[in-house]
Amino acid sequence: MKLLRLAPENTKFPFMRFRRVSYPFSAVLSIVSVVLFLVVGMNFGIDFSGGTMMEVKAKSGHADLSYIRDLSDHLGLGDLEVQGFGTPADASIRFGMQPGGDAAQQAAVEKVKSALGDAYDFRSIAVVGPRVSGELVQQGTLGVVLSILAVLAYLWFRFEWQFAIAAIIATMHDLLLTVGFFSITQLEFNTTSIAAILTIVGYSLNETVVVLDRIRENMRKYKKMPTDQLIDLSINAVLPRTLMTATTVFLALLSLVAFGGHVIRSFSLAMMWGIFVATYSSIFICSPTLIYLGLRNEARSAADEVTGLGGKTGARPLSGA
Amino acid sequence: MMRFAPWKVFLTVAATLIAMLICIPSMIGPENREKLAAIFPSWLPPQSIVLGLDLQGGAHLLYEVDRADVVHSMVGNLRDDLRRLLREEKIAISGGIGVNPRGVQVRIPDQAERARIMPKLYGLVQVSAGPGGSGLDIADAGDGLLKLNLTDAAVESKVRRAVEQTIEVLNRRVNGLGTTEPNIQRQGADRILVEVPGLRDTNRLKDIVGTTAKLEFRLVAEPGANPGDVDMLDQADQPGKLPVEKQVMVQGEDLTDAQPGFDQRTGEPVVNFRFNIRGGQKFGQVTSANVGRPFAIVLDNKVISAPRILGPITGGSGQISGRFTVEQANNLAILLRAGALPAKLNIVEERTVGPGLGQDSIDAGKRAAYWAAALVVSYMLITYGVFGVFANIALLIHISFIFAALVLLRATLTLPGIAGIVLTIGMAVDSNVLIYERIREESHAGRSLISALDAGFKRAFATIVDSNVTMFVVAAILYFLGSGPVRGFAVSLALGIMTTIVTAVTMTRMMIALWYRYARPTKLPI
Repeated sequence: MKLLRLAPENTKFPFMRFRRVSYPFSAVLSIVSVVLFLVVGMNFGIDFSGGTMMEVKAKSGHADLSYIRDLSDHLGLGDLEVQGFGTPADASIRFGMQPGGDAAQQAAVEKVKSALGDAYDFRSIAVVGPRVSGELVQQGTLGVVLSILAVLAYLWFRFEWQFAIAAIIATMHDLLLTVGFFSITQLEFNTTSIAAILTIVGYSLNETVVVLDRIRENMRKYKKMPTDQLIDLSINAVLPRTLMTATTVFLALLSLVAFGGHVIRSFSLAMMWGIFVATYSSIFICSPTLIYLGLRNEARSAADEVTGLGGKTGARPLSGA
Repeated sequence: MMRFAPWKVFLTVAATLIAMLICIPSMIGPENREKLAAIFPSWLPPQSIVLGLDLQGGAHLLYEVDRADVVHSMVGNLRDDLRRLLREEKIAISGGIGVNPRGVQVRIPDQAERARIMPKLYGLVQVSAGPGGSGLDIADAGDGLLKLNLTDAAVESKVRRAVEQTIEVLNRRVNGLGTTEPNIQRQGADRILVEVPGLRDTNRLKDIVGTTAKLEFRLVAEPGANPGDVDMLDQADQPGKLPVEKQVMVQGEDLTDAQPGFDQRTGEPVVNFRFNIRGGQKFGQVTSANVGRPFAIVLDNKVISAPRILGPITGGSGQISGRFTVEQANNLAILLRAGALPAKLNIVEERTVGPGLGQDSIDAGKRAAYWAAALVVSYMLITYGVFGVFANIALLIHISFIFAALVLLRATLTLPGIAGIVLTIGMAVDSNVLIYERIREESHAGRSLISALDAGFKRAFATIVDSNVTMFVVAAILYFLGSGPVRGFAVSLALGIMTTIVTAVTMTRMMIALWYRYARPTKLPI
């Protein structure tokens, strides 16, 4: 039986030569992401912005979206966001915090319920008060920061410091681009999205560690090889595995997007993007960073260390070291 | 590496079979569980996986004890206690006792009396034993004016006690609803989480939980009463306010039982109650002394009804009528039996999922999992052939391990949790991929088959551990910071990472070892 191979045998792509393209390219994308986040902003769900989200299903026929939209004028609840999703009978209704504290939120839900009456089933209702949403924002941010710090500490312990820094730079890059993804797609950003972001952080580090592991191994094996060649060699060696794993995870996520239902679709879409970005950054961002940080083969004597960190020529070896 | 002790093989197979056995009850419907109980060994009773509220439907309500209300009632008590103390000690004051947001103030002109009473004033609110344990700050504002303010510690300890009492009361109340396995627990300093699975009518739950249910029997004021002794209270069944005396004759605390029933004459729903001895005596005295006057039944500062006292009621029991519906009478009986809340509760977060949506989510999750498994399994097959078969068997075992662990740990499966499992389907094979690719490399580098297999496993292992530890750290942080559904995701992810090391490394190695021994291959099949 002929087996499928995604990557050709014994590739010798000069990945490191791309760093002069990939670095500016990623820098631009990161800046664009930040700008998008600041200018357009993310579509924060009620977890973070507070407010009420209801899912209703018409008991017969289609959900009358325009009728529900018109409710906002009668009920005086402020901006009422109404969207259809799933089947034509489904609709989601979202409105912001009502002035007047917690009791006012409950009163608003009751108003909508009685206005829609018996024609609709109320499939889910979520009301998040202002203080809870503030705390969820704090927790989410804390989670992302903590996980990065914890992993940084682990990598520092297991690898040289350059590896830890490079891994964190690559991870930050993935984070920024994911934030950009949320800003540009306007997918709802809620607590599940934080889970997605943290999983992307995990996956990104997973990818990075696999590449770094091989670089470290090869550093011991080929003590005289210039650093950029050594990195190229390592990446090419793990390339089949990188592609293979990205594909299997992609297939799993594809099933989630297609069949997992609307509740976790934004999670799955974000993860898909994350896999793509993480694979890219582990090859094109993390590894070249090692060169910029002045990682050198042990064989290069202490004399070389004096020349300092990296510089424009990276860690290209001095002749005859 | 190509030799495995038979007991290791046996142990692995046994663990796998047990894991699969544990999964069975969750796979089949509850209607067959009885039959299963007969088949299952007694040390392994059939348990089903615990579904989160987002999957089985239910209500998740987060309440907060109203601090302002706690402080308000503390100040009220302080004023009453202060008044009693001053009267007992015969201290002369000028003017009355003034009430501030955080305490009270009183003017004691005589300096000797001030000095004498000071230690007793400090003793009015006690946070901990001993002289330093007072919960009051007393400031002398000059001219004999003393300002008594509650300390933060006093308020904090009161709030803490209020939360504890509230949880007790809520447990009794929600159990009174007859729902299965409600979960009521404290969150942080002043919050209480109420989770009730599989409930259809959340409005009733909210009524039952959110009502303070402070019941008081107070006489309706007669015309010409001193306005300072009268409260104008709303009425539950009609507009307009009713003048009611401030003095509380009998309180809800003195009730021992309350049951819904029907009035024998009119047939309308009522609540029958019984007092304890103290309450019964008090009730008897009041009704004897006030025959002919209307007696107001006040619930949370609202008059439910004010029936006229027809004669002394000395039996220690009575009836509350108030144009109730049957459900209202039921609810009131539950509330009175369970007792009043020590402070007002505010709802700060509500998430309700109907059973319909829950079932839809389960179906969607299952479908996604089947598709993911089918895609990944076929992909591994066409890429790795016979080694792909091994990886797929390991994957199957891996998934049963996750499930069995979830069942045994009584962990909750949520929709993000299902997503986590689906994700691990994709990630689980990563370890296999790492090993296989490494074996190929070693083989290309010129090693013999057996030596390539050996080196592949050995060298890939360090990478597998490193890459999984980072992921595990992330999952752990998600678990400790996340709540509800997100926590479920973290659990699935963490379990998936742990089992993948066992299944991908140990089991795959075992399968390849057996294959090597019996198939006697001469070259690498991948």
